[in-house]
Amino acid sequence: MGSVVVHLRFDEQRCKGCSICVSVCPKGVLALGEHINSAGYNPVVEAKQGCNGCGMCAWMCPDLVISIYKEMGA
Amino acid sequence: MKVLMKGNEALAEAAIRAGCRLFFGYPITPQNEIPEYLARRMPEVGGTFLQAESEVAAINMVYGAAGTGQRVMTSSSGPGISLKQEGISFLAGAELPCVIVNMMRGGPGLGSIQASQSDYFQATKGGGHGDYRIIVLAPGSVQELADMTVWAFELAEKYTTPVMILGDGTMGQMMEPVDLDTIPIKTGHSEFPWATTGCKDRPKRIINSLYLDATMLERHNQKLQRKYRLISEELPRAEAYHTDDAELVLVAFGTAARIARGAVDQGRANGLRLGLVRPITLWPFPGEFLLAATTGARKLLVVEMNTGQMVEDVRLVVEGRIPVHFHGRCGGMLPTVKDILAQIEEMGV
Amino acid sequence: MRTVFAPPASLTKDPFHYCPGCTHGIIHRLVAEAIDSLDIRERTIGVASVGCSVLAYQYFNTDMQQAAHGRAPAVATGIKRALPGSVVFTYQGDGDLASIGIAEVIHAAARGENITVVFVNNACYGMTGGQLAPTTLIGQTTTTSPGGRRVENTGYPIRMAEMLATLDGSAYIARVSVHDPAHVRQAKKSIQHAFEVQLAGRGFSMVEVLSTCPTNWGQKPVEALTWLKEKMLPQYPLGLFKVWERSEVNAS
Repeated sequence: MGSVVVHLRFDEQRCKGCSICVSVCPKGVLALGEHINSAGYNPVVEAKQGCNGCGMCAWMCPDLVISIYKEMGA
Repeated sequence: MKVLMKGNEALAEAAIRAGCRLFFGYPITPQNEIPEYLARRMPEVGGTFLQAESEVAAINMVYGAAGTGQRVMTSSSGPGISLKQEGISFLAGAELPCVIVNMMRGGPGLGSIQASQSDYFQATKGGGHGDYRIIVLAPGSVQELADMTVWAFELAEKYTTPVMILGDGTMGQMMEPVDLDTIPIKTGHSEFPWATTGCKDRPKRIINSLYLDATMLERHNQKLQRKYRLISEELPRAEAYHTDDAELVLVAFGTAARIARGAVDQGRANGLRLGLVRPITLWPFPGEFLLAATTGARKLLVVEMNTGQMVEDVRLVVEGRIPVHFHGRCGGMLPTVKDILAQIEEMGV
Repeated sequence: MRTVFAPPASLTKDPFHYCPGCTHGIIHRLVAEAIDSLDIRERTIGVASVGCSVLAYQYFNTDMQQAAHGRAPAVATGIKRALPGSVVFTYQGDGDLASIGIAEVIHAAARGENITVVFVNNACYGMTGGQLAPTTLIGQTTTTSPGGRRVENTGYPIRMAEMLATLDGSAYIARVSVHDPAHVRQAKKSIQHAFEVQLAGRGFSMVEVLSTCPTNWGQKPVEALTWLKEKMLPQYPLGLFKVWERSEVNAS
């Protein structure tokens, strides 16, 4: 059995920095970034390792910012 | 073959022949024979008759159905037409074809159930909000009620706009011989590039009148105005009766025109050179026709079943060139040939 | 690579105009996911209402009509009667559905109109600036109830789901919430079931979705989710208020 690698993709320009995803992440891997996106918000970033791909952030994101993919590692 | 039919029923049957398979209405006198007839008839032809919870709901059901590209109609009278104005504005804004019948009764308020022409302003000047126009047709007989219903559906689709048939209680209730066999039977419906029918094998479509960007809304309005100008050029229609040598021309539409015609006949029998112009389209108003038909006239007399509404359009057209007089009865009272001729005598031809 | 989560095909790529943290976006997605999973996008016609969600016609990747304030169920009726084989849904807020459009939704339900209504209840008028709605909680401050909603002046909040469930024509009536991931999952199931009820020709279905309005509530998005849970749930209990049974339709 190989390990599972989770890829989080952020459609950053859609993010409004509401931080709902940050609040629901059970692993605490998300945070709002320091930079500002084209809409004028601090968008979400993956601040730490440890995402298990549970999908709660994406389920709660009102702006379809987050996509999640899983890859079987070597 | 001619049959004796009530105006409201002839109109309803003509709608069926014109391919209308959807009717949404609400009871109000004096147009009840239209929904009652269609409640019987629609199921026979596989169509939908639905009595809505209100005129407001009925006109919005018309909006939804019209958005699918199918022929749809509603009918009402004054107070109900007032309630429909919200929907009519939306239909005009979203450029949807439909036919709206107003069998006018006396107003304002609850008024009466007797025939009147007191909704001319509401119909022709846009009773709802925003810069829009709808085509308004004024039938003068039961046969015309039937023929104009077919024409109304054709115009609605040609110009993608609501079309109103502006009859009155008398016209809806009276019986006359009518030949419906001359109306070709239309089945099925046309395909339109704007109709929302499900986006199979094509991009999605949107039926809408919202333009939050001011430049876009101005552009949309300019597009509507171009369409209205085109209609104003192509559509105006009226009928002239003995206007060639007339010194005094009466101007009247619908039921009032039938009475005015009687006054012309009787006046002519008495040696008066009277004529009549009967506008058939009320919007667009047949101004050029009126001007052409009244070049030799010294006076105009507008006869209406209201306190003076179309007379304002007549005055705008003649621009003071000819004195315009007015004869009106209202509240369900009808003008009489006798009273019209008495006023003409007073005016002096 | 396996996709765990990606935007549904029944939404366009247009970014939502909603305020940060507004849960309209979640509910849009759930509706689109239901349409995707039932494979009905090409025969669905949606009706957008008036309010914040008026631009829903831009976001759903289906044919759409935009209705006058409160009239979406009447417009949907016209569409469904013209095209009985289509799938028709309305997306309405609480000002639209529970106030100005209450007659239209009641009669659509009473007729057993075979449409699906997605009713988003955030206890205020969002688009116009957070005024009092029929669903505003007693004591809740809005721009037109600055001292809090007083019963003596504007009466009591309306529970639409319970009310419509009393009508014989309604086939499926549920109230769900989107304040946390577990409830979002439940909401998704409920919305999909409502569409399934329509596909089965069973009659009127409505899902009332409790939603937040952080901007007009004057709260941060995460706080608003907590407020919904603590304040709205006691007034608007979640659950299934009407399950279709054939015997009920036959009896009516």
